[in-house]
Amino acid sequence: MSAEATTSKEPRPEPGSTKPDAILVADGVRRAFGGLVAVNVEHVEFQRGVITALIGPNGAGKTTFFNVLTGFEHRDRGTWQLDGHTVAGLPPHRIAQRGMVRTFQLTKALARMTVLDNMKLAATRQRGEHFLAALVPPAWRPQEVAIEARALGLLEHFQLSRLRDHYAGTLSGGQRKLLEVARALMVEPALLMLDEPMAGVNPALKQSLLGHITELRDQGTTVVFVEHDMDVVTEISDWIVCMAEGEVIAEGRPSAIVANDAVIDAYLGRRHG
Amino acid sequence: MHFGGVAIDALRAAVGVPAAAYALAAIGLNIHYGYTGLLNFGQVAFMTVGAYGAATTVYHGGPLWLGFLVGAGLAVLLGLIMGLPTLRLRADYLAIVTIAMAEILRLVNRSHTIEPLTQGVRGINGFAGAFYRVNPIHSGIYGWGSFSFSSRNLWVISVGWAMVALSCALVFVLVRAPWGRVLRSIREDEDAARSLGKNVFGYKLQSLVLGGVIGAMAGMLIAVDQQSVSPDTYIAVLTFFAYVVLIMGGPARVLGPVLGSVIFWFIIQGSDGLLREAIRVRYVTFIGTTDVGAVRFALVGLLLMLLMIFRPQGILGRREELLVDER
Repeated sequence: MSAEATTSKEPRPEPGSTKPDAILVADGVRRAFGGLVAVNVEHVEFQRGVITALIGPNGAGKTTFFNVLTGFEHRDRGTWQLDGHTVAGLPPHRIAQRGMVRTFQLTKALARMTVLDNMKLAATRQRGEHFLAALVPPAWRPQEVAIEARALGLLEHFQLSRLRDHYAGTLSGGQRKLLEVARALMVEPALLMLDEPMAGVNPALKQSLLGHITELRDQGTTVVFVEHDMDVVTEISDWIVCMAEGEVIAEGRPSAIVANDAVIDAYLGRRHG
Repeated sequence: MHFGGVAIDALRAAVGVPAAAYALAAIGLNIHYGYTGLLNFGQVAFMTVGAYGAATTVYHGGPLWLGFLVGAGLAVLLGLIMGLPTLRLRADYLAIVTIAMAEILRLVNRSHTIEPLTQGVRGINGFAGAFYRVNPIHSGIYGWGSFSFSSRNLWVISVGWAMVALSCALVFVLVRAPWGRVLRSIREDEDAARSLGKNVFGYKLQSLVLGGVIGAMAGMLIAVDQQSVSPDTYIAVLTFFAYVVLIMGGPARVLGPVLGSVIFWFIIQGSDGLLREAIRVRYVTFIGTTDVGAVRFALVGLLLMLLMIFRPQGILGRREELLVDER
C-alpha cells in the first residue's frame, strides 16, 4: 500500500498551506506558560480523509497544541473551526460531541470497568445517560442493545472480543492502546486525534494498530497524530506537519519532509558555515 | 443483665433507627465516593440541613410534610453551593469545602444570632408530633421477650428501613443504567470521560446533589426519632462513621452501606454491653464502666484495621477490583 495516497489537488508543501478540503482550520493559536510560549501557530489546515502526522523535537508544543485544539488546555488567543464551525473555547466534552475525538499519550483505560463497559460508555447521545430516563429502563434498553452490538463488532475487529468481560486495568499496554482507539471510534468521530499512539506498544501490536489507522482513513475518518517514531510517521502518514518552538515550521509529503532543511535544523540544531 | 441480654441488645441496635439512618447517610456517600469518586467529607452537613429544614419549618408553623420537602430542597441547594465552585477543580477541593461547610453549619446553628430561626443551642423539640399521630401501628409492645419494640419505635424503624430500601432500589436502577456508567468512568478517569463527550462537571453535580438528598433523609430520620434537633447532634464524626460503615460494607456495592451499618451498630452496642457486663462480673478490672464508651470505638477501629488487612475491599466488595493495575 502506498503511504502517499493520491489526492485530487496537491496542497503546497509550505507552513500554513491551504488544503483542498480542510476539516480543521486553526488561526493565530497561542498558548504560553508564564514566559514560555508553548504554542504559537499562525495558520494550519488539516485535510479531510488523510492521515496527518504532527512531528517535531521534544518541547516543540505538539501535545500542548493537541490539548488546546481538543479543549483540554486553555488558549490565550486564537480560533479554530471543525467542519466550518468554530469550536474554539468549547469545553472538551462539547468538542468531542462535535466529532473531534482524542486519545492520550498516557493511555486512559478506565481500569475498574470492563472492556465492554469502556466501549459502551463512549457511545454518544445515550438516552440512559439522563438522570430521569435512567430511572426507566425501557426508555434506554433498546438503544443499549444496539450500542452493545456495535461495541462487540468493534471489539471483534480490534481482536479484543475475548477480553470483553475483563477489567480494562488487567490489559497490557498495547491492548490498552487498541482499546483506547476502539473506544474513541464508538464516538463516531469525523476527526480522530491520536497522541503518540505507538508509545509503549510491542512490535506485533504496532503493526496491527498501524493497519487499523490506515483502514480508518480508507473508510473516511480523518486522522491527526503526534508521533516520535519516524518509521511509523513515514510509513502511514499522507502529510506531515512539523512544529518547533511552538510554531509550524514545515509541511509536506513524508518523502519531502525528511529532506527538508528546516526540519533537519529543528531536530539536529542549526548548521553553521 | 446477662451475656444473652447483651446479644439481644446488640441485635436491637443492628435493626434500630440509628442503623437505618447511618445506612442512609452511607448510601449517599456511596453515590459520591463509591461510584463517582467524590471525596465528600461533610456528609453531616447534608444531614444537618435535612433535620433543620424539617424542624424549623414546623417550628415556624408549617406542616411536617412541608418540612421534609424543605429539608430535601435545602440539601439540593447545599449540593449546588458546595459543588458549583469546587467540582471543576481537583478532588481535594471538594473535600476541604465539605468538611468546612459541615463545621460552619454547626457553628451557625449554635450561634446567638440564629436563635430566632432555630433556637440556637437549645434546639427545637417536639416538632415531629404529626409523624407519630399518623402511626398506624396499635399501641403496645411487639416482639419476642426482650427483643421487642414499642409501637412508636416500630413505626420509626419501619419508615426508616423503608427509606433505606427505596434508596437502595434507586441506586440499583441508576448504577445499572448508562447514567451510572458515566459516574464510574468519572471515578476512573475524568479526562477520559471528557474525551468521550461526557459532561463530567454536570454528572458530578448530579451525584453530589443526589447523595446529599439521601444524606438529608438520614438527618431527618434521626431528628424525627429523637423528636428534636440540636446543633451538637450533627458533628463531624458522623461523616466518618458513615465512611466506616461504607468501607466495612464495601464501596460501590448497592447493599454495602446497609450491611456495613447493621454490623457497625451490632459491634458498637455488642462491645458496649459485653464490656459493661464483663466489668460488672469482674472479668475485666483494668477499666471502669466510664471508659467503655471510648474503648468500644477503639475496638471498632481495630476491627476496621483487621478488615483492611484481610478483606480490603469491604465485606461485599469485589476483590478483583483491587487487583486492577491503575496505571
